[in-house]
Amino acid sequence: MENTKLIIAYPPYTKNTDSIEKVMYTVILALLPAMIAAVYFFGIRALMLMLVCGISAMGFEYIVNKIRKQEVACFDGSALVTGILLALNLPSNFPYWMAIIGSFVAIVVVKQLFGGLGFNVFNPALAARVFLLISFPVAMTIWPVPFVDMQTAASPLGVLKTEGLAAANSITLWQAFIGKVGGSLGETSSLALLLGSIVLFWKRYITWIIPVSFIGSTLAFVGIFHYLHPLEYASPLWHFACGGLLLGALFMATDMVTSPVSRRGQFVFGLGCGLLTGIIRLFGGYPEGVSFAILIMNGFVPLIDKWDANTNAKFWKVK
Amino acid sequence: MKTFKFGGIHPNENKFTSALAIETMQMPKLLAVPLAQHIGKPAALIVKVGDEVKKGQCIGEADGFISAAVHAPTSGKIKKIAQHPHSCGKFVKTVFIETDGKEEWVKGLNTFKIDFKKLSSEERLEKIKNAGIVGMGGAGFPTHVKMAPPKDKRIDTLILNGAECEPYLTADHRLMLEKPCEILKGLSIIASFFPENLKVYIGIENNKPDAIKRMKEKALPLGFEVITLKSRYPQGGEKQLINAITQRTVGNGQLPFDVGCMVNNVATAFAIYEAVCKNKPLIERVLTVSGMALRSKKNIKAPIGTMFSDIVNFCGGIASGKMNLLISGGPMMGKAQYSFDVPVVKTTSGILFIDELKLAEKKERPCLRCGRCEEVCPINLKPILLANLAQTNVEQAQEYGLSQCMECGSCAFVCPSKRDLVHWIKYAKVMNANLDAIAKCKLQSA
Repeated sequence: MENTKLIIAYPPYTKNTDSIEKVMYTVILALLPAMIAAVYFFGIRALMLMLVCGISAMGFEYIVNKIRKQEVACFDGSALVTGILLALNLPSNFPYWMAIIGSFVAIVVVKQLFGGLGFNVFNPALAARVFLLISFPVAMTIWPVPFVDMQTAASPLGVLKTEGLAAANSITLWQAFIGKVGGSLGETSSLALLLGSIVLFWKRYITWIIPVSFIGSTLAFVGIFHYLHPLEYASPLWHFACGGLLLGALFMATDMVTSPVSRRGQFVFGLGCGLLTGIIRLFGGYPEGVSFAILIMNGFVPLIDKWDANTNAKFWKVK
Repeated sequence: MKTFKFGGIHPNENKFTSALAIETMQMPKLLAVPLAQHIGKPAALIVKVGDEVKKGQCIGEADGFISAAVHAPTSGKIKKIAQHPHSCGKFVKTVFIETDGKEEWVKGLNTFKIDFKKLSSEERLEKIKNAGIVGMGGAGFPTHVKMAPPKDKRIDTLILNGAECEPYLTADHRLMLEKPCEILKGLSIIASFFPENLKVYIGIENNKPDAIKRMKEKALPLGFEVITLKSRYPQGGEKQLINAITQRTVGNGQLPFDVGCMVNNVATAFAIYEAVCKNKPLIERVLTVSGMALRSKKNIKAPIGTMFSDIVNFCGGIASGKMNLLISGGPMMGKAQYSFDVPVVKTTSGILFIDELKLAEKKERPCLRCGRCEEVCPINLKPILLANLAQTNVEQAQEYGLSQCMECGSCAFVCPSKRDLVHWIKYAKVMNANLDAIAKCKLQSA
C-alpha cells in the first residue's frame, strides 16, 4: 500500500469496449457482401480496384498525418472505409490512376483539409465520386456488363434517361435486385447491400431513421409521378432496385460524421436526401441523383443540428 | 418489466460480492470523522481537543436549516481537529478520535426496541434529526428536511430505492437480504409522516431475484408493493426511479415532491429504523469493498470515519501492489481518491480498487458524431454539445440544460472516441458557478 501509486482520473471508471476502430471495421464487415458480389459479377478487376482505392486512401491519410504532425491514424479504419466506399462507386474498368486521384480528393481535400476525422462536412467518398464524375465523365459512365469481358453498357438509370422507359423495362427487377446489371461495383447488388446492413442495424451503428426516410421519400416522390403517368415514369420498385439508392441510403447518408446527430435531425436529413434524389432522377441532366442529393444535404447538417439543439433548448428554459 | 423512459445503459455488473454476508469490521485505532458528510452547511463543532467522548455522542450539531448532526462512532479521546482529505476531493474539517475499545454508549442510546407508533410525528422527526441521518444513496441530503416538505406539496407515493444500479456495489442488496424487517419498519416510519392513503413501492432491479423474493415475503402483510425493475443504469437515480415506477416525469427545475413522490434509499430506511426504534445515531454503514486489485472482496459494516487504509488491511491488502485507482463510490459516479487516509462517510456506498492502467492512460479522440451519447442520456440532454461548449463558450452551455445533468456517466461510458464528456460538463458547471460568483461580487461593489 505504501508504494502504490494512485492515479486520479475522471469518472466513469468503466467504459464499454466500443472504439473508432471497432466502428470502422464493422462498417467494412457490413460492406463485405457487397464487395464479394462485386468480385463475383465483375471479376478480379473489381478486387484490384478496391485494393488500389483502399491502400491509396490509407497512404494519403498517413502522409497528411505526417505533414500535420499528428498521431498516425491511417490504421483506424476510417481511411479504409472511405477508400472502399469510393471503389464501390466506380465502374470496374476504371483506370487506376484516376482512382488514386479520387482517393487524393477524398482524403486530402475533403477530409483532412476540413480538419480530419470528425470534422469533414461532406462525405469524402461521395465528394470524390462527384469530382471524378465531373472530371472524367466518359470513364465514369461506361459500365462493364457483369460476366462479359470487354463489353460495356449504360447503367439501368442511364438507359432510362437516354432511351426511355420501354428500353429500361427490358431489365427485370430480379436482375437489378441481385445485381446482374451494368453499374458501379457496389450499387448493382441491392441484395448484398441489404444483407450487409443487417450488421450495422444489429450493432446499432446506424438507426433506421435515415434509410427509411431517405428511401421512403424517394419512392413516394417517384411513385406519385409513376401513378400519374405510368407510361412516362418508371415504377418506384424499379427505382428502388436500380442505381445507387440503397448504397447511398444505407452506407453513405448514414455516415456518422456527415449526418445529423439527433433522430429528429436525421429524419429531416433523410427526407431532404430523398426528395432531391427524386427530383434529379426524374428531371435532372444526370441519370443518378443520390450522390448530389446526399452532398447537398451534408451542407445542411450544421444548420439542422443547430435547429435541433435550439428546439431542445426551449425545453430546458426555466419557466 | 418496468424501467425508465429515456436512455440508459447496461454496463457489466461485476457484482462479485452479492453472495457474501455483511462482515462487521473491528474498531480501528484512529477514526477521522469529517464534519461535512452531507449537502448543506457543515455541522458546528461542539467538542474540543482532549475531550473524552462516548459512543453515539454528538460532536457536531446541525448548523442551519439544511445541515445534519455528526456523532462519535465509538468511545475515546479527541486527538486533534484538523483539515483532512475527504472523499469529495476537498479538505474538510475533521475530528480525529483515538478509540479506547470500550465501546461505551451514551446513556439513553442503543436501547431496546421502541414501538414507533407510540411516538408522535414530531418526536419521530426530532429523533431522525438528532441521529444525523442523511440520504445514504450518495447525495447526502439531510433526511429530516426531506421528511417535512412544504405544506402545499402533497406526497401520495413513497418509493424505497433498492435498485442499486451501479456495477460492483452490493451493499443495499445484502442489507435487503439480511435486514428486510428492519428496512420495512424504517419504511413504515417514513410512511407515517404522510397521509393514510399513501402508495408505497419498493423498486428492485431484476438482477437481485433473491432480494425481490425476500422483500416480497415481508412486504406483503404491510401492504407495500415490490416492483421488479429491468436492470438498467441509472435506474437508482431519483428521477429515473420515479419515472420507472409511476411513469411520472420530474421536469426541469422540479423536485420529486412536485410530482407527489418521495424516494428513500434502503440504507437510509435502515438508519431511520435504528434511530427511531433503537435510539442509535448514524455512526456506521454497510459498504461494498471490491475491485480486481483487492485480495478479498467483502461487504462490510464499518464505523463512519474508518480510513480506507484500515479497510484495505481488513480485506487482506492489495494483490501484488499493482493497484492504480482507488474509488470512493461506484465505478460510474464515484470519485478517484489520491490518498488512503480518506475516511468512510455517511454517503460512502462502496470502495473500489481497480488496477486498470488503461483507464488512466486513455486519450480523447475526435468525436465521430455518432450520437450515442444523446441516445443514452436519461434526461435527453446533448452531452457532446455541452462538452464542446464547456471548452468554447461556457456560459452558453446553460441554455442547453447544463444544470439538469446529474453526471451519471452514461454518455462517457458509450462514447467510442472515449471523450471525457462528464468531466467537461462538471467543468462547465464549476466555471459557471465561478462566473456567477464574480458577477455577484461586481454587483455588490458597484
